[in-house]
Amino acid sequence: MTQANKGFLGRLREQLGKTRSNLVDNVKRVFSGHTQINDDVYDELEEILVEADFGVELSLALVDEMRTAVRQRRLQNPDELYAVLKEELVAALEPGDHTLRFAADGGPHVTLVVGVNGSGKTTTIGKLASHLKQQGKTVMLAAADTFRAAAVEQLTIWSERVDIPIIRHQDGADPAAVAFDATDAAIARGIDCLLIDTAGRLHTKVNLMEELRKIQRVIGKRYPEAPHDVLLVLDATTGQNGLQQAKVFTEALNVTGLIVTKLDGTAKGGVAVAIQRQLGIPIKYIGVGEGVEDLQPFSAVDYVEAIFT
Amino acid sequence: MFESLSQRLERAFKNLRGQGKLTEKNMKDSLREIRMALLEADVNYKVVKQFIEDVQAAAVGQNVLESIQPGQQIVKIVHDELIRVMGGANEPLRFADAPPTVIMLVGLQGQGKTTTAGKLALHLKKKGHRPLLVGADVYRPAAIRQLEVVAQQAGVESFSLGEQADPVDTCLMSRGEAQMRNCDVILLDTAGRLHVNEEMMAEVRRIHAQMKPHEILFVANAMTGQDAVNSARQFNEALPLTGVILTQMDGDARGGAAISLTHVTGRPIKFVGTGEKLDALDAFHPSRMADQILGMGDIVSLVEKAQETVDQEKALAFQEKARKANWDLEDFLGQMQQLKKMGSISDLVTKIPGMSKMMGSAGMDLEEDEFRHMEAIILSMTPKERHNPKIINGSRRRRIADGSGMALQDVNRLLKDFEQTRKMMKSMMKGKGPLGRAKGKRGKLPKGVGPFPGM
Repeated sequence: MTQANKGFLGRLREQLGKTRSNLVDNVKRVFSGHTQINDDVYDELEEILVEADFGVELSLALVDEMRTAVRQRRLQNPDELYAVLKEELVAALEPGDHTLRFAADGGPHVTLVVGVNGSGKTTTIGKLASHLKQQGKTVMLAAADTFRAAAVEQLTIWSERVDIPIIRHQDGADPAAVAFDATDAAIARGIDCLLIDTAGRLHTKVNLMEELRKIQRVIGKRYPEAPHDVLLVLDATTGQNGLQQAKVFTEALNVTGLIVTKLDGTAKGGVAVAIQRQLGIPIKYIGVGEGVEDLQPFSAVDYVEAIFT
Repeated sequence: MFESLSQRLERAFKNLRGQGKLTEKNMKDSLREIRMALLEADVNYKVVKQFIEDVQAAAVGQNVLESIQPGQQIVKIVHDELIRVMGGANEPLRFADAPPTVIMLVGLQGQGKTTTAGKLALHLKKKGHRPLLVGADVYRPAAIRQLEVVAQQAGVESFSLGEQADPVDTCLMSRGEAQMRNCDVILLDTAGRLHVNEEMMAEVRRIHAQMKPHEILFVANAMTGQDAVNSARQFNEALPLTGVILTQMDGDARGGAAISLTHVTGRPIKFVGTGEKLDALDAFHPSRMADQILGMGDIVSLVEKAQETVDQEKALAFQEKARKANWDLEDFLGQMQQLKKMGSISDLVTKIPGMSKMMGSAGMDLEEDEFRHMEAIILSMTPKERHNPKIINGSRRRRIADGSGMALQDVNRLLKDFEQTRKMMKSMMKGKGPLGRAKGKRGKLPKGVGPFPGM
């Protein structure tokens, strides 16, 4: 672990340490409770992975990979198996671009933030805005959730907290128009980063998904490269439906990354690993609390460490 | 809602159906399928383990060799066990002997507490109560404002001391407010909180101690995965939960959380949220949910909903027509208009036995917009065409497409779908085909009210 990562990892551990999570205890039990690798170890490993929301399919696949690794590498004890598992998971999480894709032409970097209801989009935007501002960037928010009661007010309060401008219309206004105006304003004012909040929507609502496509299209009309990033916000407590969410959102939009929120609870967000593996969508940030500072850039090694240590 | 789980179980039972007799070996296969299906549906690992053991114990106890239809036998056992886990019969809300009744909503962040509070308020208002919505979430920005807006939309009273006040004080003051405004139910919308946040859990315990709610409802989202057991367990230890509300049931989550939550808390699911509109709150019926999980549909719920909104006589006439198979586009249009009154179409569709299976395999996705489009197309037809779609030739199709502003393919698709639906309905009404399994169920329906053909 490098020095630079220590703060992040420390924070994550601290959050995870609020209660001794089941997973940690389980892992310890499996890997230190057995002196050799037998079927019990594999069974318990399966249980741990399933309970971390990796999904049955991925859990079984991982266990199979472990069996193969044990055979091929002639592993003797559970500790070695544990190291291989961590390697596998890091390898699964690492591919892809885990940072924002800042505009090459110096124009504003436009990020569209999407997700199902209650995943934490607005809070994440507030935290992300603060994070970007701390990096010395000028940031602007766009309140394109014109549907949910008081969503615009919620984002406005965040803009006041972080002390950055916000573009907003009336409740019930066309969200694509808000996005267009905001893109326009960001260009005119020479803003570095524009973060666009959208209404939460279930991926099964065809019309609402079409609305998102329209928003993406309309932004592109004003600024052909934009949006540079489309971030899907995923609640870490989500089960296997997360995979379906990611699939449908990816089909509708050019999703460039995931933000996994609420990792400060006891949920492990294993479905994000399934999403990365199956759809190749990298995690860009993780949310570990409600404070402004509780959004962390993603690191595969730290993520896996935080799950298992 | 639970298509995938239903499909999975159906496949498991199919393996049994061909066998004729139940043997230990083939039951093992089915149980493994059921186990996988339940895990994929996000039922907690340990809960599944217990569930499978119970099902196995129940099956082994029976004389399996005498079983003529082993598939049906397993369906029954799994069905009963699902009902048992989900908490038996539907439990209504408990009201205070002397008003006000205090109802408290608790849960993690982002589960839909505030929206659910609004839905519950509207539900209570419809039942003749006067609810007071109390905003006790001082943490999430604009949460109190959101509750005010929701209260306005529901046409009920709301109250809060604002974000600067201690939420416990807001709750305490609400008693006086309720009395002053002549409200008989106090609905407390508390902030979302993590079960591991001790400070926040202490706050909610303080509210509980001061308000002594008659109902403490844990609001959880149907998409929740394995962690449902952890949060529910800790909330249940902190507060004497009286029930669960499962939200976002209008998505395609398999909803295994329903089983995990009831298993861990030992408390029933009292309501389910089925959409973003304030009237999208349904009572929860374990037996119907089990039916649904097993792909047996939720015909009773559908009929109840239909009785509320649909013109009974019209429904009867439709059914009569359907039976005689002279159901035409005019009838179809009328039905669509009735159905629109009943709420989300996709929600309704899953309630019809066998429908979830068909929808799943056809990859169909009925949305309100599609309904509007179909309506436009039919409205662009002459009465003659509506009564006898067979006469609609190429030039008529083009005219209809132009008239409705839809593409020619859309018109073609509608006509084709309609013809297929009509055929399907014919077999439905004869109790054959994909819906044949529901026959026994239909016998229990109120006289004269049938399933909605073709929807």
